[in-house]
Amino acid sequence: MLSFFGRSIVQKIVTLFFVSIISFLIIHLAPGEPSQIDPLNPKFTFEMVERFRKEFHLDKPLHIQYLYFYRDLFTGKTVSWKDNQSVVQKIWDRFLNSLPLFIVGTILTWTISFPIGIRSAIFRGRFFDRSATFFSYLLISIPGFFFAYILIIFVVTRFHVPVIGMETFGLGDTSMLNVIMDRIWHLFLPSVLGATGGIAVLSRYVRSQMLEVEGQDYVRTAKAKGLPSEQVHYKHALRNALLPFVTMFGLILPGLIGGSVIIESIFSWPGMGRMAYEAILARDYPVILTVNFVSAVLVLAGTFISDLLYLLVDPRIRL
Amino acid sequence: MITADISQSDNVVPLDKAMAPKRTRLQEFWFLFRRNKLAILGMIIFFFFFFIALIGLLLTAGRHPVFDPALIRLQEKLRPPLAEPNLETLLPDEVPAFGVYLFGTDDLGRDVFARMLQGAWVSLTVGFVAVGISVLLGIFMGGIAGYYGQHQVRLDHILAIGLVFLGAAFLAMDNILFGFMFLFLGVCCALYCLSRRKTSVRRAPFNREHLLGTNVFSIDTLIMRIVDIMLCFPSFFLILTVVALLPASIYNIMIVIGLTSWMGTTRFVRAEFLSLREQDFVMAVRALGVGNFRIIFRHMMPNAIGPVLVSATIGIATAILTEAGLSFLGFGVPPPHATWGNILSDGKNFIFDAPWLTFIPGVAILIVVLSFNLFGEGLRDVLNPKLRERS
Repeated sequence: MLSFFGRSIVQKIVTLFFVSIISFLIIHLAPGEPSQIDPLNPKFTFEMVERFRKEFHLDKPLHIQYLYFYRDLFTGKTVSWKDNQSVVQKIWDRFLNSLPLFIVGTILTWTISFPIGIRSAIFRGRFFDRSATFFSYLLISIPGFFFAYILIIFVVTRFHVPVIGMETFGLGDTSMLNVIMDRIWHLFLPSVLGATGGIAVLSRYVRSQMLEVEGQDYVRTAKAKGLPSEQVHYKHALRNALLPFVTMFGLILPGLIGGSVIIESIFSWPGMGRMAYEAILARDYPVILTVNFVSAVLVLAGTFISDLLYLLVDPRIRL
Repeated sequence: MITADISQSDNVVPLDKAMAPKRTRLQEFWFLFRRNKLAILGMIIFFFFFFIALIGLLLTAGRHPVFDPALIRLQEKLRPPLAEPNLETLLPDEVPAFGVYLFGTDDLGRDVFARMLQGAWVSLTVGFVAVGISVLLGIFMGGIAGYYGQHQVRLDHILAIGLVFLGAAFLAMDNILFGFMFLFLGVCCALYCLSRRKTSVRRAPFNREHLLGTNVFSIDTLIMRIVDIMLCFPSFFLILTVVALLPASIYNIMIVIGLTSWMGTTRFVRAEFLSLREQDFVMAVRALGVGNFRIIFRHMMPNAIGPVLVSATIGIATAILTEAGLSFLGFGVPPPHATWGNILSDGKNFIFDAPWLTFIPGVAILIVVLSFNLFGEGLRDVLNPKLRERS
């Protein structure tokens, strides 16, 4: 068991090393340089560009730049090239903004998709199942930005509430209730949009897992014994069908940082995705690379956690 | 004679009855597929979309197209769908085909119907080329990992590749002397590897040659680690980064989407190959002395292609969505060319005055992606023997 974890951790560190190299190369070998971001600006004289290049080690060969960058990253001294702020601090601020979206979206996804999936497995082929199937395909296929605009039009014209941004600007000192309601309305649409794809995929997955288990012999035995159907479905079948989903808790971890670039830019939500998007536009290499690195760490940590959970949950797996 | 005839037919008829009705693979497939109404609908739209995209390419290309997607009529801007053009203000050349704006006009007075036709071809090519790249790469990597997986990568292989890469890196940094030196060394090393491939290493006494021949890891491990590395990148963010840094062009988008989505196919193909290569028919073919190449492509690939087809169909849907998302963010196909994503992106500023600019491309993307998804899922149900028995 210990050797499994040891090997897995070593493997993940090696993977991370290669990810860091590849992302560094992708960014730096692309044509153009951050010092040329605004070549027409008359304030940028040649000397100034040279000074910037020297400041950010852009005049050094690539492998030296690589070492400089990751030394700075691990000592937490990386600064954004755009505004000289600490990248870690920046990411942390944006992360706190994205966190409510992520939490609400995840709760919505998991609480809605399970009942739908279980019900459509139990009533397989009936009207509910077929309409749930169709709607889940619809939700997978709809472009997020298009759906966002439909929902915005609907909510704004029906309920007359503001939805863009994190809170209404200049709300002043109204009552606590108003402020809270305002925050909830702002949070509502982006998190629903973030959850739609997840609901569609997860409910299909729950359905297929349930169907798989419902076909097993022990479920037939339970039915033959004359157990009430609730007990068969929820006690015998569901508990076994849940097994793969426990491990999915690890796999949602990367969603923490990925966020959604498109949804956050539609709603002007100052979260991680939007920061990454702005960093790409400004060629702010340290921010792009740090976001990439952190998300790779989260992916690897997620798979590690899901392996661990599988070991804990499934007694059939022994190392 | 008569009795003989009867006895013969007696012999034949029961045999025929005992056998299952003969159907070719295609008939079997169609028989199963027909039962899934949604998948049939998806397939019809799938082929209809092909047709529209081809027609659109023909009608919007050339110097004097029937539908001109780039013709600007500022006096006719933001006309609703099915509006009649104002003939007094237009030159005869500028009047739209059929004398009506089928889908209205946008903020520059361009015919939205013509732009949608042009965009259909873009969506189609982006989807197909991107998925083509990813499927070819996936089959190649998965096939190698599954079929040649047990072969070992030796230390001298790594040395050769490392030297070549080092040489290339030096060349990239304008250090020609070192670059060519390392390249030369690398090529020498590679030739050395190839020359000693046949000789067995295990038996050799311990010497320098033995050390170079040490097995480091298997090819399977190598490829699966590459897949793991690729899976670490957040895909949309990676695509966005690369597309934003590279010069804007439709080909870059196709290639980037293709290069970031081959991992699933690789895993499918590898898993199928691992189980197929242990089966008796492959053993039999190998015993007949058939070459590796023919075994892979003639005997194993047709058995492994099912899940690949399914994931390719769904991959096209995903690629179309990704392209639309990129266009929406402003990184898509550059402006003179219309795509559904950038029609929607331009139209969003007029969402309350001209909702058709948002809804027409949005609904079009939705329908096409939905049909691809439904078709793909229908294929999955038919091609998966496990699900087939149950239903």
